[in-house]
Amino acid sequence: MTENHTCRRNVPDVDITGLVQEDRVHSTLYSDPTIFQAELDKVFNNTWVWVGHESEVPDTGSYKTAHIGKQPVIVSRDRKGEIHVLLNRCRHRAATVCEGKRGKTRSFVCPYHGWGYALDGELRAIPKADEYDGVLEKQDFPLVRVRHETYNGMIFATLKADMIPLTDFLGGAKKWMDLFMKQGGGYPIKVLGDHRFRFPGNWKIQLENTTDAYHFPVVHKSFVSSLDAQTSQVFDFLDGDGFVEDLGNGHSVMVMIPELVDLEDNLDAPIPDRFKDFAAELAKEGKDEAEIKRLVRAVGGSGFNLNLFPNVACSMAFFRVLRPISVEETEIHHVAIGGDGAPAAFNQLRMRLHEHFQGPMGFGTPDDAEAWERVQKGSYAGPDEWILVNRGQSKLKTSADGNVAGAVCSETGMRAAYRKYLAMMTA
Amino acid sequence: MNATLNAVTAFINTEADMLDFQDYQAWLDLWDEDGSYVVPIDTETEDYANSLNFAYDNATMRRLRVNRLISGEAVSTQTTPKTVRAPSRFRILSDADGVVTVRCAQLLSENRHGNLRTYPSDVTYKLRREGEGFRMVEKVVRLLNADHHLSSIGYIL
Ligand code: FES
Ligand SMILES: [Fe+2]
Repeated sequence: MTENHTCRRNVPDVDITGLVQEDRVHSTLYSDPTIFQAELDKVFNNTWVWVGHESEVPDTGSYKTAHIGKQPVIVSRDRKGEIHVLLNRCRHRAATVCEGKRGKTRSFVCPYHGWGYALDGELRAIPKADEYDGVLEKQDFPLVRVRHETYNGMIFATLKADMIPLTDFLGGAKKWMDLFMKQGGGYPIKVLGDHRFRFPGNWKIQLENTTDAYHFPVVHKSFVSSLDAQTSQVFDFLDGDGFVEDLGNGHSVMVMIPELVDLEDNLDAPIPDRFKDFAAELAKEGKDEAEIKRLVRAVGGSGFNLNLFPNVACSMAFFRVLRPISVEETEIHHVAIGGDGAPAAFNQLRMRLHEHFQGPMGFGTPDDAEAWERVQKGSYAGPDEWILVNRGQSKLKTSADGNVAGAVCSETGMRAAYRKYLAMMTA
Repeated sequence: MNATLNAVTAFINTEADMLDFQDYQAWLDLWDEDGSYVVPIDTETEDYANSLNFAYDNATMRRLRVNRLISGEAVSTQTTPKTVRAPSRFRILSDADGVVTVRCAQLLSENRHGNLRTYPSDVTYKLRREGEGFRMVEKVVRLLNADHHLSSIGYIL
């Protein structure tokens, strides 16, 4: 029994050479179903894909469901405390063995004929096993285990057997992940819940958006109007000292608010007016001045978006996860995070800030979704039209880390992602 | 009991009409100053403060939400100009200390970019008696698909 488990499908023969240029990408990339089919295989099944955060499976028996491209997987924690990523597919005749977002269980029991699997995927129970005498051995049919590695709490899985180690893949992005995780305010990062929504458009429209500062004052005008004067100034960053840096492997970082890059810096700064009530609440809970300042500085999140190609971003105060549904449909998860063991007031304020902007009823997300839907609709116009990603191309610099960098509202991050995309699609 | 059921039904129908016809100022005036408007993700919880919700508005957030809808600045609010909602299946869950708790079904349809979509939900109201009428102390909208993906919602449920 040495079959290949990686679900290779018949991959259409598409050649996208010429459709991705340094300064533009062709509109068919948003709407050609054969290109989408090839992307699932050549991109999503062929690299590290984010499947969860360790805090989502805190205990023995905790699980969450996720997807690698279109393939459903389970992330589970076994009795020894070890994390597993398993294809969510019974080895008998393919039924999913686990449904729902997250939960706790003792085992995964297939609903169809009752095969039972342990938390580590081992096949433990087969009803009426005698008909399998001499036909099948239980130890040969565990749930298919998917290779996974973690970095700073983020769990990535890959279907590519010889994929380079996760830390090599993340490369220059690791520094920014470390900075991002400081927003627990001295407590480990913990997932608090997520907003999920779909929009009728291609997944790459969302990939571009996480590194698109240019749209902020236009699309999010109504959000900015809902802020107090001090906060709206913080979000007025297009003329500031922000930048976008190409981190390699398709990853990029867009720094919008440079003074909020390192949340452990500048802890002596006075408490901004908008967080005075929050600080008072912490003081009432008996927190000392140093801790209050650390929590106040962390509560609003980091001043940057880190785009990790292809499916996750560490976006200011949350994780933004994309899941391709079809060539014209994408699901987005906005994952709220807080501090594990942090004061209730801290996590409550973080969730209220998240609700204010994010999600299908937030003051920001619906306008993003509207813009993306309009991109998809418009992209059908014209016989041979292109999507421009050349903004800031003539004003590139070299960053302190030796990377290509452009202005905060340049399209440097999109070019980084498409360069990696082209390399994978034509490999 | 019948008189109370008739009274809360009339109140909720009027509230629905205000939202469908975008009479937002009148809608804001229905609220108790300390009232909460909640659209939870977890339809089992009542601990909204310690949960992530789709919406969890106090008076300030309600005003900001209305401002956003009427400002003309939010592109998503312009492509869903109209909703039609039908509250029904009213049942009084409790009536004590001047507060009536009533649950109903709400079928809401939107027309966005020409696509007709429906959001069914269970809605629970806590209504404080005031004079001849009521004030909203709490409105909790539990969407049938709250635990799954939604589409963007550019109006008040
Ligand atoms: S499909 Fe799972 S037991 Fe038959
Ligand atoms: Fe946006």
